[in-house]
Amino acid sequence: MATPETATADIVDAHSRPGPFYIKDCALVALATGRRARMLQEFRTELATIDESSIYHHYWGGLLQARFEEREFNNDFAAWIRHGIHDAILAERLAALDPTDFTDLESLRLEIIELIDMRLDQCEGLLWMRATQQFEFIRSQIIVFDTARSLQQPAELASTVAQLSTSSIFYHFIDARRRTAHRCDDFSDWLAGFGEEYSLLREQVAGIDPYFGSLSELRTQLAQLFQTHFKEADI
Amino acid sequence: MSLLDDYAQITGIDVIAHLRQLAAPFSGAKVVHVNSTRMGGGVAEILTKLIPLMRELGIDASWEVITGESQFFECTKGMHNTLQGNQVHLSDKLLRVYENTNTDNAEALRSVLTEADFVFIHDPQPAALLQHFPARKGKWIWRCHIDASHPYRPVWKYLRQFIAPYDASIFSLAAFAHELPHPIYLIPPSIDPFSDKNIELAPDAIENVYEKYQLDPERPLVLQVSRFDRFKDPIGVIQAYQLAKKFLPSLQLVLAGGEATDDPEGAIVLNEVQQAASGDADIHILLLPSDAHLEINALQRAADIVVQKSIREGFGLTVTEAMWKGKPVIGGDVGGIRLQVINHHTGFLVSTPEGAALRIRYLLHQPGNIREMGEKARVLVRDNFLITRHLREYLALMVALLYGSQDRIELSQSISEQRLHDQLFQ
Repeated sequence: MATPETATADIVDAHSRPGPFYIKDCALVALATGRRARMLQEFRTELATIDESSIYHHYWGGLLQARFEEREFNNDFAAWIRHGIHDAILAERLAALDPTDFTDLESLRLEIIELIDMRLDQCEGLLWMRATQQFEFIRSQIIVFDTARSLQQPAELASTVAQLSTSSIFYHFIDARRRTAHRCDDFSDWLAGFGEEYSLLREQVAGIDPYFGSLSELRTQLAQLFQTHFKEADI
Repeated sequence: MSLLDDYAQITGIDVIAHLRQLAAPFSGAKVVHVNSTRMGGGVAEILTKLIPLMRELGIDASWEVITGESQFFECTKGMHNTLQGNQVHLSDKLLRVYENTNTDNAEALRSVLTEADFVFIHDPQPAALLQHFPARKGKWIWRCHIDASHPYRPVWKYLRQFIAPYDASIFSLAAFAHELPHPIYLIPPSIDPFSDKNIELAPDAIENVYEKYQLDPERPLVLQVSRFDRFKDPIGVIQAYQLAKKFLPSLQLVLAGGEATDDPEGAIVLNEVQQAASGDADIHILLLPSDAHLEINALQRAADIVVQKSIREGFGLTVTEAMWKGKPVIGGDVGGIRLQVINHHTGFLVSTPEGAALRIRYLLHQPGNIREMGEKARVLVRDNFLITRHLREYLALMVALLYGSQDRIELSQSISEQRLHDQLFQ
């Protein structure tokens, strides 16, 4: 991971430059929770007590699971509300939630429940609307491991990112948002340690939406961005 | 060139490098898979490739097959059917045969299973082995390949006593899983791109099936591959074809399935299908032997569109196979088909013959969409449903089992390998 303990300062001097960027990789394995819902009220009840790892899975972990590349929604809850319960309004509101806006998964959980309660107040019919397919709450375990590779200088990103596995991209670009102090990806976090020198590059990295492309597309986008940036910097 | 190198050509070298890293801590670990047949059936197909792949990754993997008399297999076939929902009573006599056969096999396999670091027991046939290994060294995992979402309860209750003591179980989909007092992992099945069912074929192999079954390569061809079973709705497929044919008079339909040799219900359904198709020379009902993999492969490649209009389905590996061949699939909106067929992207989900007919007409009027959706379908399978992904998840599960139920397992290179080795080889 991107040595976040050394990479969070906005302004650093040359003597406190961050250490190497350690490339990690991960694997995810899904587990059944045995909890499922066929109605919105039931979904809300289950959501209130479901393990946090299930919320992680349905917001984040699913991105590393079997999925289609062109996702309509950025999380499984919104997709089920739209296609199981057939309520477009609540689905859109849930899709607008950015988990990085929340300090932890518990806060995210409370906000989802709040949105559901608001919608149930607005539309009483949703109380007894039966879903056309039940929602299965799944949780996941993530296994993170070293690759024994590291980067010393940001310019090395240009040649390295294209070679990373998609799960490594998941770890550094998506999972990082749950780990880093600034709720950002590991690349940006590491670059921040170099001060203003890479602020433009960090903005560009932040401009890549992690939710809608496939992981291989994300890898291509990031690789092109770093290649372009460091090529221009050479000129 | 190694087996892993072959797969790297399809998946990319990053996928294989990832497998090597995940497998590194298990170098030399004894992993034993146990099932009830070495030939035929999906489990044997998976193990045929999984074992050599694991061995190439440095794992001491092996595959044991339990043996039994005909009554044992009569019992386990009954278990298989009842787990899928058939309400059939299994006599006490047959259940005693099941238990005794497991006892006999436990003795035969005692040393290899006692010493194994991980034992994967596939399906119900060998499930009762575990109770005979109180001094087992490793982790035991029960892998259920069956859609057991609506089992005949008395049989599930009987089997549960043998399954509950396992360290973990694996189901293909969350909807198939049952409450058990251990972690329940979800690992979808997979296909092997190098098996006869899926390997690339020369053009003449495809031309041969056109000729053999008197199909016209110049006219559109819709195919469903499945046994003649009401859950696969072959009559609904014929109805969809008939509705679409009003608009596409040149349409041809192939229903390819196995001969119903031991299934009285299958013979009845086949008869109904033949009656529904009678009088239409463009409906081809093919009864193929169970080992006609290359022929099925060629038919799937010959088809313009593949249909799997099931009204109940497990994972639906015939869908995966068709998608791997770059075909859009019109599938029933059930089970694992939902994971694979993404409306308007890799095919269409339908609930009625009318829906299937509409999508057949749409696709055949939009040949560009057939190609585009087919390509997306192939990519979806490549990224999610090949055997390399299956293997990766087995390896991840093995790590997770050694580390307990924590959500996040951080392995540093030296610590992880050392710790896993310590646990495995202490």
